Amino acid sequence: MRPAFSVIFFTVLSGAGLGLVALALLGQMAGPGFVMTPRTHMAAVITGLALVGVGFLSSSLHLANPRNGWRAVTQFRHSWLSREAVLGIALFPVAGLYLVGVDAGHPGGVARWFGLSTVSLAVAILYCTGMIYACLRTIPRWHTGLVPASYLALGGYSGCLLALAFAAADGARVDGWVTLSLILLMVAAGIKGVYFRRFAAPGAEHTLPRALGVTTQAAKILDPGHTGGTFLTREFVFQVARERAVLLRYVFLVLSFALPLALVGWFSGSAVALGIAAIACLAGLVVERWLFFAEAQHVVRLFHGQQAV
Amino acid sequence: MKLGLVIDLDTCVGCHACAVACKEWNDGSAVAGPLPDYAPRGAAASGVWFNRVRQFEVGEYPTSKTLNVPMSCMQCEEAACVTVCPTGASYKRADGIVMIDADKCMGCNYCAWACPYGARELDDNAGTMKKCTLCVDRVNDQALPEAERQPACVLACPTHARSFGDFDDPQSHVSQLVREREGFGMLPDLGYAPVNRYLPPRKPPAIDVDADQAPKLGLLDRLQSLAGKLIRR
Repeated sequence: MRPAFSVIFFTVLSGAGLGLVALALLGQMAGPGFVMTPRTHMAAVITGLALVGVGFLSSSLHLANPRNGWRAVTQFRHSWLSREAVLGIALFPVAGLYLVGVDAGHPGGVARWFGLSTVSLAVAILYCTGMIYACLRTIPRWHTGLVPASYLALGGYSGCLLALAFAAADGARVDGWVTLSLILLMVAAGIKGVYFRRFAAPGAEHTLPRALGVTTQAAKILDPGHTGGTFLTREFVFQVARERAVLLRYVFLVLSFALPLALVGWFSGSAVALGIAAIACLAGLVVERWLFFAEAQHVVRLFHGQQAV
Repeated sequence: MKLGLVIDLDTCVGCHACAVACKEWNDGSAVAGPLPDYAPRGAAASGVWFNRVRQFEVGEYPTSKTLNVPMSCMQCEEAACVTVCPTGASYKRADGIVMIDADKCMGCNYCAWACPYGARELDDNAGTMKKCTLCVDRVNDQALPEAERQPACVLACPTHARSFGDFDDPQSHVSQLVREREGFGMLPDLGYAPVNRYLPPRKPPAIDVDADQAPKLGLLDRLQSLAGKLIRR
């Protein structure tokens, strides 16, 4: 699949933003080790919402006809993309009402319910983002439960690193955030590790001979039926060199996991170092999302000469 | 109603007449058109086509066979393109034709991702997705003579490899063809229940190579065969 940068930035930024909003709210309710001053807490939530907002705007850049973008809220009964849009729009007023409560000095009561609703919405949006890809049977590398799991885990992990940086800037106790960051790091790295292992070999789920109805014979393409490129070759027949993919996988692992692990381990009191850790993690996630697209193979490639996907 | 196409892979000669007729009709169609061309006279000519003919070689030489495979929208019964569409632009008509309402499409490409057959192509000029409509503006046009109320690709095919009809009617020509020739739908394991059917190439009659019917070899032939065995090439 051709990596669309607007979608890559959207999923990375909104993923981290949703993770930050959800964890900052849960942390505030959890108690010592997580609690920030109301000011910092509000700054963290607003930053999270801003990241989600920027992500959503970025995603609209890949629309060929953005005038009809508002219609994306209409098919929430069956389209994961539409569900994501509906919940994404609902997030802002609900989180806003929570912030109003916190700002007024009443984080409990009604504001608490708005807070818990915000957390549920953030988790649900992350799940929808993953399901947008995982529901496509045409792309075996996306059609797996590991995809929503990795979107949830990476969103939570990157959001947790941001929350840790905010808490450190506060000068408060951050031991809770450090522990949670390390747990989420292991969960996210574990899920991506399983994903990379599962799809280490070239795909074999669908083959060209079977697609052509000749199960017992070999088949190969002689002529794809076009001279220049087509929409299909541009969108689906994107090829990333194996060595390059492996190299980028290491770049992702270092930026998103190794570097933040070292920074959190050694400088857990320095907000600057933790900010760098969060930014490195996000940069690594851009690489991860790029690979997620570049390595995904659509079945239509069979009809352009590939033997199996 | 379950309208769709039957394509005979045995008789298709890969002339692309169906693809060109499709392009011509739908470019002028108020429902589907126009179908843009990008740099049509350039080195990398490109554009939107609803029907593409691909040529494959099946089997191993010397028993291999060329298979010409025209592909367009399969009008799936479980059309994933419709399910994933966030704006409601993609829909399935009561007669089974999968359509796009260009007035609702936001051009997100999601439906094209969901389609395994490459049947949907984005119109870069309009910013909306385009696809085969089974020539809905031909097959329902009462002003046309009845024989011409068929998709342009079917009318254009010089070898009658394409047929159009209702698969819900067991007596229709398409249903009969599928029964007689064991027509198959492409990539059935994806579960989209494509309606269009392909008729596999007929099996050539077996050649009888009984030993005593084999032609007798002359002296020259035997010498030649002996030399062929002795000389290493």
